[in-house]
Amino acid sequence: MNEEKVKIYTVTELTQLIKNHLEKKFIDIWLTGEISNYKMYSSGHAYFSLKDENSQINAIIFSNDLQSVKFRVEDGQKVIVYGRISIYAKRGEYRIVVTYIEPIGKGALQIAFEQLKEKLAKEGLFDTSRKKPIPLLPQKIGIVTSRDGAALRDILTVLKRRFANVEILIYPVKVQGEEAKYEIAEAIKYLNDNYKELDVLLVGRGGGSLEDLWPFNEEIVARAIYNSKIPVISCVGHEIDFTIADFVADLRAPTPSAAAEIVIKSKQELKDRISGLYSRLRNCFNYVVNSVFQRMNEIINTNMFRNPQILIEEKTLILDDLSTDLNNSIKHLFEIKFRDFKILSEKINTLSPLSILSRGYSIVWKLPENIIIKDSKKVCINDNLKIKLFKGELESKIIKITE
Amino acid sequence: MKKEIKFEDALNKLESIVRKLESGQVELDESLKLFEEGTEFVKFCSNKLEEVKRKIEILTKKDDKIVKEPFDEGQN
Repeated sequence: MNEEKVKIYTVTELTQLIKNHLEKKFIDIWLTGEISNYKMYSSGHAYFSLKDENSQINAIIFSNDLQSVKFRVEDGQKVIVYGRISIYAKRGEYRIVVTYIEPIGKGALQIAFEQLKEKLAKEGLFDTSRKKPIPLLPQKIGIVTSRDGAALRDILTVLKRRFANVEILIYPVKVQGEEAKYEIAEAIKYLNDNYKELDVLLVGRGGGSLEDLWPFNEEIVARAIYNSKIPVISCVGHEIDFTIADFVADLRAPTPSAAAEIVIKSKQELKDRISGLYSRLRNCFNYVVNSVFQRMNEIINTNMFRNPQILIEEKTLILDDLSTDLNNSIKHLFEIKFRDFKILSEKINTLSPLSILSRGYSIVWKLPENIIIKDSKKVCINDNLKIKLFKGELESKIIKITE
Repeated sequence: MKKEIKFEDALNKLESIVRKLESGQVELDESLKLFEEGTEFVKFCSNKLEEVKRKIEILTKKDDKIVKEPFDEGQN
């Protein structure tokens, strides 16, 4: 071997040479392939391979780049990545350092949306059973949106037009950009912690691109809405835009204006409902009162109340009958007694002392005692006597007594 | 009527009073009472609806503290 002709490298030298050569050449690479052996390390970096039918290449994505990947990278996904080739000298390996990754077919955001939606649905964050009812007549309304955005303007316009009698508390937040999700989540939590008396929260923003609306597709926002004790109405973008926030919210309003309408919609409806109830109340009551009156009328219209004399007439008739009966009975009784009396008085006549006197007997009384004398021993000489004859009376004095 | 009662609760009570009256199972005395009570709820609910009380406030950060300020709609 001729040392002057042949350059002998050390491993490091050669590796360095290759490294310099390749890393300079492949610094701006777009690469497509299928992900396999994807693995996250505790460092936050992720290692994986990209392969096609015949080849594969190792890949790494560092944590700070991984954070901006909206969707969850999984084995089997077909992706386009952007990056540069890097040589790992220690192992003599080359790989691609990925700084951007995007799924093929659906957009990254679309995939992220579906993945988060599926995950949260599995956890039950969208269950209708846990959705809180929106109060019929919210008086205190919290609004979480941008201070200068269309959403706030629209909401306030509706409230003003409807003469809504509400108290509004605005918590201004960024509604797009990286910070937005934290601010929105924090606002929801803050209002729950400090303004429990709020009846409802409107959380949203005006229309925009999918990227603009993205904060409302973030898990941290979804969880903040889920954890809110105050009912949340989401109102993000336009009618056609559906966000994760819409699925978690207790109610989704198609737009911020619609959210405002929902909050106070009820006013006229409620007025109608109350006046409906009031007339039902009055009708019922009238019905009850009328039926009582009707019953009273029926009672009043019975003969007894209308012609009370009828009752008396009847009694009078009965009374008359009875008194006639009584008269007859008494008359009859009297006749019987009178006849008896006549018979008796004739009998008595025959027994009367007068009839004895007529036959010559007299009755003698001692005076002044008026005692009938039947025994001469009961009188003394000179006693006065009264003597009743058949016709007339005599007064005499005793001049002699014999036994 | 208690002032703390919620609009919803008042409305629900009103509804159940009407239903009870409509059932026709109520004596005159009680229906008088229910009517009176129902009318109170109607008054309460209508008043709540008519209450004009509009206030718009905004939370702003001042020296790391969040404070509540009146919101000037003209700004918007």
